[in-house]
Amino acid sequence: METRHLPAADIAAAIRRGAVTCEQVTRDTLDRIEAENGRWNAFLTIAGDRALARARDLDRHPPADAPLLGVPIAVKDNICTRGLRTTAGSRILDSWIAPYDATVVTRLESAGAIIVGKTNCDEFAMGSSTEHSAFGPTRNPWDPTRTPGGSSGGSAAAVAAGLVPVALGSDTGGSVRQPAALCGIAGGKPTYGRVSRYGLIAFASSLDQVGPIARSVRDLALVQDVIDGADPRDSTCDPRDRVACSMHLAMPARGLTLGVPEHLLADGVDDDVRHAFEAAVDTYRALGATIVSVALPHSRFAIPVYYLVATAEASSNLARYDGVRYGLRTAGAGLAGMYASTRSTGFGDEVKRRIMLGTYALSAGYYDAFYAKAQQVRELIRADFAVALSSADALLLPTSPTPAFPLGARMDDPLQMYLADVFTVGPSLAGLPAVSVPCGLTAGRLPVGLQITGRAWNDATVYRVAAALERERPPLARN
Amino acid sequence: MASPLSDDEVRRIAALARLDLTDAEVRRFASQLTAIVGYASTIQDADTTAIPPASPAAAAMRDDVVAPGLDRQEGLAAAPDPAREAGLFRVPKVL
Repeated sequence: METRHLPAADIAAAIRRGAVTCEQVTRDTLDRIEAENGRWNAFLTIAGDRALARARDLDRHPPADAPLLGVPIAVKDNICTRGLRTTAGSRILDSWIAPYDATVVTRLESAGAIIVGKTNCDEFAMGSSTEHSAFGPTRNPWDPTRTPGGSSGGSAAAVAAGLVPVALGSDTGGSVRQPAALCGIAGGKPTYGRVSRYGLIAFASSLDQVGPIARSVRDLALVQDVIDGADPRDSTCDPRDRVACSMHLAMPARGLTLGVPEHLLADGVDDDVRHAFEAAVDTYRALGATIVSVALPHSRFAIPVYYLVATAEASSNLARYDGVRYGLRTAGAGLAGMYASTRSTGFGDEVKRRIMLGTYALSAGYYDAFYAKAQQVRELIRADFAVALSSADALLLPTSPTPAFPLGARMDDPLQMYLADVFTVGPSLAGLPAVSVPCGLTAGRLPVGLQITGRAWNDATVYRVAAALERERPPLARN
Repeated sequence: MASPLSDDEVRRIAALARLDLTDAEVRRFASQLTAIVGYASTIQDADTTAIPPASPAAAAMRDDVVAPGLDRQEGLAAAPDPAREAGLFRVPKVL
């Protein structure tokens, strides 16, 4: 039975009724990754033996409650997988074997999913194009001369190329949503505190969340509901009760109020992106949703605040790479010389830039003007979203102001690269749930994504809004 | 706008961050960081008089229960220079 283009839910159902085995699905998936990964560089590690052993085990003893039974899944390489190489896209962890599983990995495997490999990403998830990986860029399946976005570009490309039905990414300022948009698929960032960060290699701890990537909103919700849940190993993972993201998928858009921050679309947005976005808004209006204009008055500060807060946290989090307990060590004069030599050899340019920016923002004489001020402006941004979402059930924006850009186009201008995140960092700073769904193609046949942002802990409404658009616009065909 | 970051300032920050930079890297990062810090400085325009200085986020606390952790040898498995018999990480001589 050919399962390549089946939704995850249908693969699990086919296995459950005996139409195909976990082992067959896993072998087919591994075969096509072996055959096709060279075109995309989506996978850094293929988990052949681990995946097959697990598949045979599931065939022998299928668990009763396993919504992802036998579903192949790709996992971003900044998520720890016991016994499997985990690099975070960095030379400093080039051959590191994680000694434990992230909580999201444990949850996926308990639900019957089979991890088939680890995907490429910008080093330590710092980037918007996957070009900052130490292991070469990933290419966009829609146009291999362009980036897939980032930092979860390997996971997005693996799903868009049909190598796997679903994948995990991580999203700090847009790293799931933006590559999903640029690759024409769906990606979700949960409310901050909804998914455990235990075993996610830390970048910016007040922002990092693991999120799903899938070809359909139903599969997206299916994976999100599996990884969702409290975890005593992450003190920021909230123990409160959750409404499942798949709960309201079938509900109509009628009756919802959707807010559009029109003032953000005035400049810097590609014309084709704007047209696709406006068509999506029109679709919601036709479906009976009420469209209102909202304001996010402090939006222009979102990127500077994000890059100060995230880099300050990164400069602290990445202090652990010191050549003592794991990873690369290179010799230097004495202990301090060894630290500096190891870090200078092991980190790439973007990581060095961000560590230095964060160190600067936290250093004596600059702390108040940069880090402390950024924390205060973050509160203003959070308050903007709270006001906008008091008169709307969800907000609509393009996920990215442009479609996928050519490889190399922004590598010499870090600031230009940061602007790719202009619409995604706001919900991150505010801790809100946001999903990107495909909403059309440019004249050059590149995908455009719609970002839907909801109220904190109301992820289910975001998925409902996403599913309503998807019903009107079936998943994009690449050719 | 903030003043440009001098080469010496970049060297000072790099030292705080435990990074060794070549002279060429210092010049390149000085120019890039000057542009980024200049852009970041726009947050000074935001009126935050009504916002109190941020306090650390309160994390949920749980009971402190003894549970098995990483086995010592597993913990040493990825160390670049482990002293396995002693069960220790080894570092270059400090004193």
